[in-house]
Amino acid sequence: MGLIASSFIEGAQILLVLALAPLLTGFVRKIKARLMRRRGPPLLQPYRDLVRLMRKDTVVAHNASWLFRAAPYLIFACTWLASALVPSFAADLPFSPAADLIALTALLGSARFFLALAGMDVGTSFGGIGASREVMIASLAEPAMIMIVFTIALFAGSTQLGTIATLFATSPVGLRVSLGLALVALVIVAIAENGRIPVDNPATHLELTMVHEAMVLEYSGRHLALIEFSTSLQLLLYLSLIAAIFVPWGVAITGATPAAYAFGGLVYVAKIAIGGALLGAFESAIAKMRVFRVPVFLGTALMLGLLGTLLLFLSASL
Amino acid sequence: MLPWLLVLVAGLLGLVVVALLGRQRAITTPLLYGASLLVAAGLLSVAAAGFARGTEASLVLPLGLPWLGAHFRLDGLSFFFLVIVDLGGALASLYGLGYGRHEKAPERVLPFFPAFLAAMNLVVLADDAFTFLFSWEFMSLASWALVIAHHREPDNAKAGFVYIVMASFGTLVLLLAFGLLAGRDGTYDFATIRTATKPPLVAGLVFLLALVGPGSKAGLVPLQVWLPLAHPAAPSHVSALLSGVMTKVAVYGFVRIVFDLLGPPDWWWAVLVLALGGTTSVLGVLYALMEHDIKRLLAYHTVENIGIIFIGLGLALAFQANAMATAAALALTAALFHVLNHSLFKSLLFFGAGSVLVATGERDMEHLGGLIHRMPVTAGAFLVGCAAISALPPLNGFVSEWLTFQAILLSPILPQWGLKFVVPAVGAALALSAALAAACFVKAYGVSFLGRPRSSAAANAHEADPFSLAAMLTLAALCALAGIFPATVIDQIAGVTEGLLHARLPLQAGNDFLSIAPIAASRSSYSGLLLVIFIAGAMALTAFVIHRFGSRLMRRSDPWDCGYPDASPLTQYSASSFAQPIRRVYGTLVFRAREIVEMPPPGDGRPARLTVELHDLVWDSLYVPIAHAVSAIAGRLNHFQFLTIRRYLGLVFSVLVALLLGLAIWG
Amino acid sequence: MEHLSFDVAHLLAGSLLLISFLQLYQDRLTGLIHLFALHAGILALSVAWQALLQDAPHLYITAAIALVFKGIVIPLTLHRIMVKLGIHRGIETVVGTGPTMLAGMGLVALAMVVMLRVTPGADPLAREDLAFALAVVLLGLLMMVTRRNAVSQVIGFMSLENGLILAATGAKGMPLVVEISVAFAILIAFIVIGIFLFRIRERFDTVDLQALDRFRGERS
Repeated sequence: MGLIASSFIEGAQILLVLALAPLLTGFVRKIKARLMRRRGPPLLQPYRDLVRLMRKDTVVAHNASWLFRAAPYLIFACTWLASALVPSFAADLPFSPAADLIALTALLGSARFFLALAGMDVGTSFGGIGASREVMIASLAEPAMIMIVFTIALFAGSTQLGTIATLFATSPVGLRVSLGLALVALVIVAIAENGRIPVDNPATHLELTMVHEAMVLEYSGRHLALIEFSTSLQLLLYLSLIAAIFVPWGVAITGATPAAYAFGGLVYVAKIAIGGALLGAFESAIAKMRVFRVPVFLGTALMLGLLGTLLLFLSASL
Repeated sequence: MLPWLLVLVAGLLGLVVVALLGRQRAITTPLLYGASLLVAAGLLSVAAAGFARGTEASLVLPLGLPWLGAHFRLDGLSFFFLVIVDLGGALASLYGLGYGRHEKAPERVLPFFPAFLAAMNLVVLADDAFTFLFSWEFMSLASWALVIAHHREPDNAKAGFVYIVMASFGTLVLLLAFGLLAGRDGTYDFATIRTATKPPLVAGLVFLLALVGPGSKAGLVPLQVWLPLAHPAAPSHVSALLSGVMTKVAVYGFVRIVFDLLGPPDWWWAVLVLALGGTTSVLGVLYALMEHDIKRLLAYHTVENIGIIFIGLGLALAFQANAMATAAALALTAALFHVLNHSLFKSLLFFGAGSVLVATGERDMEHLGGLIHRMPVTAGAFLVGCAAISALPPLNGFVSEWLTFQAILLSPILPQWGLKFVVPAVGAALALSAALAAACFVKAYGVSFLGRPRSSAAANAHEADPFSLAAMLTLAALCALAGIFPATVIDQIAGVTEGLLHARLPLQAGNDFLSIAPIAASRSSYSGLLLVIFIAGAMALTAFVIHRFGSRLMRRSDPWDCGYPDASPLTQYSASSFAQPIRRVYGTLVFRAREIVEMPPPGDGRPARLTVELHDLVWDSLYVPIAHAVSAIAGRLNHFQFLTIRRYLGLVFSVLVALLLGLAIWG
Repeated sequence: MEHLSFDVAHLLAGSLLLISFLQLYQDRLTGLIHLFALHAGILALSVAWQALLQDAPHLYITAAIALVFKGIVIPLTLHRIMVKLGIHRGIETVVGTGPTMLAGMGLVALAMVVMLRVTPGADPLAREDLAFALAVVLLGLLMMVTRRNAVSQVIGFMSLENGLILAATGAKGMPLVVEISVAFAILIAFIVIGIFLFRIRERFDTVDLQALDRFRGERS
């Protein structure tokens, strides 16, 4: 593929995820509102929120350090990079040598590390409560994600996202038990990592029910805009990952025509829309769990991921 | 090459004499640390030069036992560990130039510091059992003297006692191992042992002894109890050497005996090493999460990282037992890379803890806070260390963890069922310990350096002196470099695996974007350089766009306090409260953790009390019964102190008759 | 097509295992009964698929028995017992849910390793289905051992039986007679247990077996 074509495709991928993320958030909010017989905010409201926040001054506590001010940029950069690496409309992107699934998980871990530190920075109890609960949830969600990565990698023979996506898109995989277990586990991990109901309520204003919101309580203005953008990007990342691995039809593979890429893009937007609608319906149907039920919930995901890996260790046809 | 190294080691021993003779501490301290810095740097450069050229050498000196002599040898493995020992030693000496000024009893520290460095170098260079054991015991004694340097402090006496008992136990086990290896003829030099054939029973027994002996020095569960007591008790630069370097010398001992001297392994060896490594890594980090003393927390993290190293070594054994040499090379490379990484970031973290201790006089996190404003450079270097040990890309901790995961992903081809059962469980344990380590360092950094100061000592802290800062910044830079240029490190380690396993990973130097592709580029690859470029570029672009099109203004104000002004810094999260969710999830099972709240009745103005009860199950179930048994036996044997003369004579007489009887029957 | 039939059989057996696992996680009695009904439904589907693969029409009857009795009648009856006895809706466990699930994971791994190890020459589809079935049996036993509530122990017993049926149908050729007798034996056992539950509830006002130990004079 020519250099111009590959940089065009990569640029399209990077800008697509950036443009689509707030729309996805707006879409999920709209679905949840409609299911509750409300009209809900407009679909493009998150874009307006971001622009408004960018234009405001940022108010920072007296004792906040340089870490507090630099963290939103670092978090946004890590999350943007991670979501740009997940195949969306094309299975094999030009930057796939850097797109390692374990590195992606670790990048999201970096973002979370700095977010937790930023929560501890101001020295109020709200930041502490958010950070301590977040690391407890992460201590189970991250190993579960690694076990899911193992299951997928053992199946595909590689941890590179380009290879995995191409394999799932081209060869007939069939209905495999280990992949089924990995899918259930990945859905649970996605809910936990994005802070959706039943693990965390993204729309709450009660500090004692917050996990993610408590860590970002002190942020305002452009910093808050970056953090909210990162949250939307992370949701898009997980939905894209589920779509690329478990619903891979319609993705353009290497050497496809521009029409195939455009078709891939349309299919991708449709998959994300369906995923967002399912998420909205799921969140509206169940209630938030007590904080200390969440480890058991995530422990289930870890066990299912471990079971999927174990099955692939024991027999290649499972 | 080798004679130069031995001359430099002799120079270190000469420094011991200088320290003993020196009277004026203001001159002796900088002189000694400066000299040991130069000697260690010299050793490091000689070793690095030899490593790059791939030379091997042996030497026999007429010291020690008359019929044996002292054998010394340099090969790939010794070179690698020499680099680690001397890099740690040089940086600890540099740190000591600044830190040593605050030492209250320098005459108890200064003579033993160069002795400790010399002993560690000798262990790595030794090529026969006697020299090895002599240097090993010398290393234990020198470090023990350093551990009890401040023996009047309450915990240090117990720490020294437990340490010397466990160190002697380790040496005894190693003695047995070498005795079995030497065989009936009693040939103690490694060259002969290497080529001799060992029956499977002897090989298995030697393996178990090699796992227990060096394993206890490295800190494998259940032999790790001395480590969290001893490492915090020593002065900070010595703690860095104990955690970052001496544990690696123990790993060297294990690798030398099992991979070099023993020959082809059995698959069940790998199961045992993997199981112990997995348990150690998870237990170590859980212990660390319950701690709020910075140095003890770092010591428990050493236990965790030793577990990770042994997981890599176990995988290498598994592959080698099944004659899959390239996969074994990958696993061994991962383990050795982690050895290097851990010595770098653990030293960095201990140096930071030492600077905090000097600046505030406090080791307890619950009395610190807000240090990022008072000690900015230390805080920055410590942050790099925390990020590196939490395995965050693009730093070096992530690379060794990634390599270990790649080795695990190669394991389904291992045929034995025991391995198929253990390896996925160990993979889950590794992922769990990495996530918990990140949680622990958010706690350590967040409570000590961020937030508001919890005591006046923390509020009045001052930045560390230039030498300490230089040492810390060098280590931080090395962590970053090892993360961005891992291909160079892997190619250097390939020399070691070539010597031990006769296989190596493909040459990494020519890959695009300095990426590493341990198996094949199409299979899995990682590029730290690309990640750094992308993250930096994205941050710069975002900042530019926002500052151009959005707002650039910033105001300072009070933090959100729900309308109740929050004057006391004690309302912010402490270390125990940060760890409470994790303590509730894991602690009830692993430590039988209980929280007891005593609330005064309404109207009573007394404060409520929260007590957290933790039990160290390893100590209670293994060491306390042994201590009681030894005590009971000693009590019984005490009777022999008070016998009458007639009874003593009777004792001598009966033993004599028994020996003669034995001679008669089995003569 | 053959590969797909393999996969569907494995998928159904794996879903059975998944639901057994989720039963360990449940802490409400209503949820547990619903999961058991789902368990029986998936078992019926699995047996029906085996009937299709092995071309054995009598297995369809087995599937129907599983669906009607275990999937509909027994959950409804249990629900009524629960309402009538006014049993406390929560389920107390002997050790916390976390360690129970860890033990469940270990048992599944053990069952897989044992089954795949002792049958090296057999048909791969049958081997792996047997492995899943043994895992379901062991998880049912674990549930019986780690629960204090009598109703949840009954459900553990029933899911154990489901695992046995999965094993029997997977192994190619189980006569209908055996199935009917097994089903009747289970039904009788169930009626007996139900009677006992009523008696216990009448006398002691609780079905918590821990409390029964206290009444028997043993230490709790």
